[in-house]
Amino acid sequence: MKLEINGIHSYYEKSHVLEGVSLQVNPGELVTLLGRNGAGKTTTLRSIAGIVKPAKGSIMFNNEELIGREIFDIARKGVLLVPEHRGIFGILSVEENLAIAVRSSSRWSLADIYEMFPRLYERRKNGGNALSGGEQQMLAIARALVNDPKLLLLDEPTEGLAPVIVDEIVRILQKIRSAGVSVLLVEQNLAVCEKLADRHYVIEQGRVVYSGSGEQFRQEQEIKNRYLAV
Amino acid sequence: MSLYLFQALNGIGLGMIYFLISVGLTIIFGLLNFVNFAHGAYYLLGSYLAFTIVSLSGNFWLALLLAPIVVAALAWVTEKTLIQRAYHLPHTFHILITLGIALIIQELSISIWGPIGKTVAAPPSLAGVIQLGDFFYPKYRLFVIAFTAVIALALWFLLERTRFGALVRAGSEDAQTVSLLGTHIHKLFALTFALGVGLAGLAGVLAAPIRGVHPFIGPEVLGLAFVVVVIGGMGSFVGALVGGITVGLVQSMMTTLWPQGASLMIYGAMAIVILMKPYGLFGRA
Repeated sequence: MKLEINGIHSYYEKSHVLEGVSLQVNPGELVTLLGRNGAGKTTTLRSIAGIVKPAKGSIMFNNEELIGREIFDIARKGVLLVPEHRGIFGILSVEENLAIAVRSSSRWSLADIYEMFPRLYERRKNGGNALSGGEQQMLAIARALVNDPKLLLLDEPTEGLAPVIVDEIVRILQKIRSAGVSVLLVEQNLAVCEKLADRHYVIEQGRVVYSGSGEQFRQEQEIKNRYLAV
Repeated sequence: MSLYLFQALNGIGLGMIYFLISVGLTIIFGLLNFVNFAHGAYYLLGSYLAFTIVSLSGNFWLALLLAPIVVAALAWVTEKTLIQRAYHLPHTFHILITLGIALIIQELSISIWGPIGKTVAAPPSLAGVIQLGDFFYPKYRLFVIAFTAVIALALWFLLERTRFGALVRAGSEDAQTVSLLGTHIHKLFALTFALGVGLAGLAGVLAAPIRGVHPFIGPEVLGLAFVVVVIGGMGSFVGALVGGITVGLVQSMMTTLWPQGASLMIYGAMAIVILMKPYGLFGRA
């Protein structure tokens, strides 16, 4: 289950957002995609998920081209995007939010999820709109897990969350990785990224400007200053 | 007294038929954000199909089963060929396209069934009246109330207690996220459109023995359905039920009290609701 992106160009209307992004996620790897706001991180994830259609390049997953496929078709291959806005349905209960995503092929059943996220079990009858930000994020990840993920695309999962919750999300991501699911993580929190990732990519103005292993990246003070400092 | 009871029952029966028409309209609007001006025409088609099936087979029950299915199937084909191409366009385009469909159905109906109205007989088992003391009421109309109540319950169960229903509700909030969970969104849209329109067809069959069939009833039914949806609130199941019965009761009570003003009062009721609750009784802002 390998993801290989080769020189994709994506546009919003006429603005050229991705100018030839190439990257790889190997089976079982957790890879981060770093960069400033507006660098093209979210657009990269949206291009993989099929929301944005790249005009050029290729996105191969498991040796199949994803470009040109419908959003649900890509999701059914196990490439699941957890968007930045989390996409929790407010008028559905927590349990319904999960139930509409359940696939019997997934290694996580509803019971597994409730064991992993006791908070979601407590709140299963509540409406999605009654959840806190942290609970919504957990529900969004949980929903992807029951949906049989092969590659998770996570867009800023710790954004705006309290440190305790961030730690919990990190623990969950470690569990997901140890279950063999590949993860492509977009994240602003460098500490979180360094704790988790096998490899890092840095993206700037729609191009990948750096790639390196977790160890290498720890030493790259200059890269961090140049591309990631606010 | 029994006159008022009679009119109240009439109003509820009529209201339940309005509910069937409007609930389809409101589900389609809620999930697809699509304005279906052909809704009344599909109701018309349901009525005419009932007429033909009853004339050919003499069996009303067959019409009740078959006509809505045929209407729903036709709606599914229309969705696949035409309507799904217009979802991303503004509402004015939806209105243009579906008004066109409505005219086509209406004119085809005239050329097939003629410009003069037809009557459809109630099934023999439901002909005649039920007597309670000195109160008489047509059996068929009681059947309509009971039958639509069962349909309403089944529909509530479908929308609130099944995976399909949860997907329809989720999709009305954010269709793209439903798609991101691997749901074949085009299938969901087509099925929902067929379901909503099929309910209008069912309403057409049920109403045929009461009101007869004539080729120009489509726009009138469409207008009433929109009044119901505005009163109840766009996208709300309970709203369609309460709105439908309200409109039915107002219409039927006014027929006794002030016949000339019956239609006026329906729009009056709508105006009052809009003034007090702009999103309707059960609508979400």
